Amino acid sequence: MAQPEQRDEVEMLAMMLLIRRFEERASQQYQAQKIGGFCHLYIGQEAVVAGAVAATRPDDYLITAYRDHAHALARGTSANACMAELFGKVTGCSRGLGGSMHFFDKANHMYGGHAIVGAHVPLAAGMAFASKYRKEDRVTLCFFGDGAINQGGFHEALNLAGLFKLPVIFICENNFFAMGTSVKRSTSLKEIVDRAEGYDMPGEVVDGMSFREVRDKLGEIIASIRKDPHPAFVEARTYRYRGHSMSDPASYRTKEELEKYREEDPITRLRAQLSREGKLTNEQFDKLDKSAKEQVMASVKFAEKSAEPPLEDLYKYTYVGDGESGVAFEESSERTTVPARKTSARGTASSKNNGDSAEPVATRSRKKA
Amino acid sequence: MREITYRQALNEALAEEIARDPNVFLMGEEVAEYNGAYKVSQGLLDRFGAERIIDTPISENGFAGLGIGAAMVGLRPIVEFMTFSFSLVAFDQIVNNAPNMLTMSGGQFNIPITFRGPNGPAHQLGATHSHATECLYANVPGLKICTPATPRDAKGLLKTAIRDNNPVLVLEFELFYSQKGQVEDEDVDLLIPLGEAATRREGSDVTIISYAQTVPMALAAAEQLAGEKINAEVIDLRSIKPLDWPAVFASVSKTHRVVIAEQDRPFCGVGAEITYRIQQEIFDELDAPIQRVAQEDVPMPYNERLEQAVLPNTEKIVAAVKKIC
Ligand SMILES: Cc1ncc(C[n+]2csc(CCOP(=O)(O)OP(=O)(O)O)c2C)c(N)n1
Ligand SMILES: [Mg+2]
Repeated sequence: MAQPEQRDEVEMLAMMLLIRRFEERASQQYQAQKIGGFCHLYIGQEAVVAGAVAATRPDDYLITAYRDHAHALARGTSANACMAELFGKVTGCSRGLGGSMHFFDKANHMYGGHAIVGAHVPLAAGMAFASKYRKEDRVTLCFFGDGAINQGGFHEALNLAGLFKLPVIFICENNFFAMGTSVKRSTSLKEIVDRAEGYDMPGEVVDGMSFREVRDKLGEIIASIRKDPHPAFVEARTYRYRGHSMSDPASYRTKEELEKYREEDPITRLRAQLSREGKLTNEQFDKLDKSAKEQVMASVKFAEKSAEPPLEDLYKYTYVGDGESGVAFEESSERTTVPARKTSARGTASSKNNGDSAEPVATRSRKKA
Repeated sequence: MREITYRQALNEALAEEIARDPNVFLMGEEVAEYNGAYKVSQGLLDRFGAERIIDTPISENGFAGLGIGAAMVGLRPIVEFMTFSFSLVAFDQIVNNAPNMLTMSGGQFNIPITFRGPNGPAHQLGATHSHATECLYANVPGLKICTPATPRDAKGLLKTAIRDNNPVLVLEFELFYSQKGQVEDEDVDLLIPLGEAATRREGSDVTIISYAQTVPMALAAAEQLAGEKINAEVIDLRSIKPLDWPAVFASVSKTHRVVIAEQDRPFCGVGAEITYRIQQEIFDELDAPIQRVAQEDVPMPYNERLEQAVLPNTEKIVAAVKKIC
């Protein structure tokens, strides 16, 4: 197996810029009503996912919560596939069926996009279990917010991971708020990282606004896990610049607090470090930024032009009660016939879609007294 | 009477019951300082204080269970789920603890708890956030379930639920929160009994049985059908459990044709039980097979066009009626 290679820092800066520009554009497209449902932006937190991904191999497993656009992009999902998903188009990373909160990209080992707070943490344990079971040295990265650490499933998963010594890193993206609830008001611990102790795993606090610190700390932990599987817990302290979702004015925070974090902006910081060290000129930075903006603009065009998922897709990817099973992603393109039930997806009520007998109403015999 | 929103009606019901009974308190995510994710609890923290309007961490299983425990020793909690999709995290508490306690203890423990919040698909929230949970909970003996479709019902049913000595689920609907309707003045103690359906429109040719979000769809369908000389009666169940069987049977005995418009999924959905009971009790009154309009039997897609294809709507109800009229 390949050893962890550190990704080029300029390349990772470009990635952070892509994430930032993507989210800004997503925000604008949401306001233009091109995007529906809930939409949670990652602006301000870029160093966490970029630092973590820079320390991993592409075949390591990654799973996260609903604030997930950045995690897909960082894993290599194209801006096109991400924007198209937000637009609900068939070219999206989840074929337009998942939406903002449910990004998936198996090819890039991005296992979602999970919108029930805390519910994916046990899945991460399962993925790590599978790696250990198969004697692979993959590591699972499990991202979640500070709001997730008080869910039962989270605790059960950490205990299982500790008990079975599973190769998983639980990365808490602590942006100090779960919607309008601060960590102080949600959690009985002084420090989130103290959760690790209860489950017999190493815990680390990292500055989530610093790409290098996240990458280096994660790098150490990953090297240790690959040698001898065990879980670890990382609390990355960071900040989301925007409201919780597009509808949240975030009036529970002060302007001053936001400004304080903006001064530590992860992109500005890495850029300054690189230019101080003579690794990046202003012109080079401008080029990276221009390229990020162009990719994102192109992704909007791509999403606009893309087709909607066909109605048949409703049943194509769903197991239904009459023994007709859904089909896996890889096989789906080869499949030409669709389940007979698809007809009921055409917007008309029919007895067929009710789980009743498939016999048409007209042919039913009826007895009337 | 005056006109207020569904949200305001719920807010009044909460405020009146919390003011009336010191054992009543409200607990849930973002209910206090944020004034509710959907602003249903607006102003309650200011009025009643942090001892009675309580913000919780994201721990549905924990705070639902806490509520049931508090109810075992005499309090009357109102537990808000930000949406009933998240109540699934607390499924064990709602299904296994709340309704079983009375029976299991040989009648010693009533669980006077109210679980409330928006239920059912809203708009493009995807598979995890769009659950219509009524058919899941309706399967559990010991739970009562109501589904207010108007501001008046929202207020009257919620107040009744809070005073009930059993666990009651008040399943609201997000897209109703800002809708307005006539409600009695504030000095009226508005209590609407559980298990009483309302006839929203009288008709003679077909009965459309509806609840929650399908009520306005059924009324619009009836309106449309009237133009085609089909006179539809629209029943709003208001409560799923107890269900007003006499009202259902009386209407069907008058019209002899039935379309059930439900917002949940078809397989083992609420309409399946209603269908069974109608044919069991008044088979001879039926002139045509009972029709059901429900969701398609799939997880909710994000894409808007597909979501619309999954959801019940007015056109589907009209088509179902025309099949049998
Ligand atoms: C089980 C469950 N309860 C409630 C919600 C509603 N909800 C969505 S995000 C959120 C806050 C989560 O905050 P945090 O975990 O800190 O992540 P962040 O939004 O800060 O990234 C809440 C309460 C949900 N999606 N799932
Ligand atoms: Mg947070």
